[in-house]
Amino acid sequence: MSPGTGPETADPRYHRIWQALAEVEDPEIPYVTIVDLGIVREVVADETGDPVVRITPTYSGCPATRLIELQIRAALDRAGFPHARIETVLSPAWTTDWISEEGRRKLREAGIAPPVPGSGRAALFGAGPAVPCPRCESTDTERIAEFGSTACKALYRCRHCREPFEYFKCL
Amino acid sequence: MAEDRARFEYLLRLGDNSLILGHRLSEMLGNAPALEEEMALVNVALDLIGQARLFLGYAGELEGAGRDEDALAYRRDVLDYRCALIVELPNGDFAHAIGRLFLISAFDFELYGALRESADRRLAAIAEKSLKEVTYHLRHAGEWVIRLGDGTEESHRRMQKALEDLWMYTGELFTPDALDEAMREAGIAPDLARLREGWDRRVDAVLREATLTRPAEGWMQSGGKDGRMHTEHLGYILAEMQFLQRAYPDARAW
Repeated sequence: MSPGTGPETADPRYHRIWQALAEVEDPEIPYVTIVDLGIVREVVADETGDPVVRITPTYSGCPATRLIELQIRAALDRAGFPHARIETVLSPAWTTDWISEEGRRKLREAGIAPPVPGSGRAALFGAGPAVPCPRCESTDTERIAEFGSTACKALYRCRHCREPFEYFKCL
Repeated sequence: MAEDRARFEYLLRLGDNSLILGHRLSEMLGNAPALEEEMALVNVALDLIGQARLFLGYAGELEGAGRDEDALAYRRDVLDYRCALIVELPNGDFAHAIGRLFLISAFDFELYGALRESADRRLAAIAEKSLKEVTYHLRHAGEWVIRLGDGTEESHRRMQKALEDLWMYTGELFTPDALDEAMREAGIAPDLARLREGWDRRVDAVLREATLTRPAEGWMQSGGKDGRMHTEHLGYILAEMQFLQRAYPDARAW
């Protein structure tokens, strides 16, 4: 196998693949793409030169995983890579640290507070991080529920503007 | 190979624990005390069923008999299941459902933490992934145990009773049998006595904060993880869980 490429690759062939992947929206959070979320780990070529897309699931039971695979296949087919393969890798395990700056900006614009940087492991026990409200940026917010509409989000409320909002939890 | 067979059996224990507890939690759909709590418990169930797929999918490959995760989940009968008895118990009241989730999450937290060092690298990768999810389960269930224990007289009484009722099912998790020993010697699974120390510390800390009393050690039930004697509840779970796949084998769409 060839060495893996990332989204910034200069190789024109891989660039086209990454462009196609950057069109694939997350089925449950369609404001961001699977590249924004860091679900696509790398793209390599197998012995015959066909692309192999390595992806990692966000949560083990994420119901979107299968749909994401189908969407990747369709996007690469449209981009002229009908023989692309998809491989799932579990280790290293997906972390919210892999969400790109662009992805964090899009989440905020959609009213979802992105994960607070550097609050991963240490914050799992004890007091949670101060989560800024995606609407008014106040950090005077409180957690209403640990689990929200999807496994990856918690439900918060802003005490300043009184709006409820979702927080993309650190993992 | 005999070694593959042993690993297959061990993976069934991991996968069946997650699958059956996940199924029990899914029964809270429509039954939790608040909408937010329902969302939480079924999200936990979803994580557990996802983990079960990873464990059982790998088990099926090791077995090499053409059974995938679905075949293992839906076409094994009671005596071929390898889950611990504690995950089979009915949910009971909310304190009982939460108490069970807390005790198991604390166990899984220790187990998956240790399995990250397993000589079986694929198992280690599943454990690494699962540990992150189980950490949230443990925190959520632990917060409830504290709130109920240190809550009203009624919630305290119920939480204490749940612990008393559940306690005799905790021994099985930490009592090694020949398979556990073989896995430990092969560097695949950790020493259960070591896990017990971490579990004790974590459980005791939460119980102390919850003003609850740790139940006395007494007679411990066993027979689930080795398939010797499941509780009568497992058959009812499978009857419901497997109905569709038994009635319409290989159904692909509906």
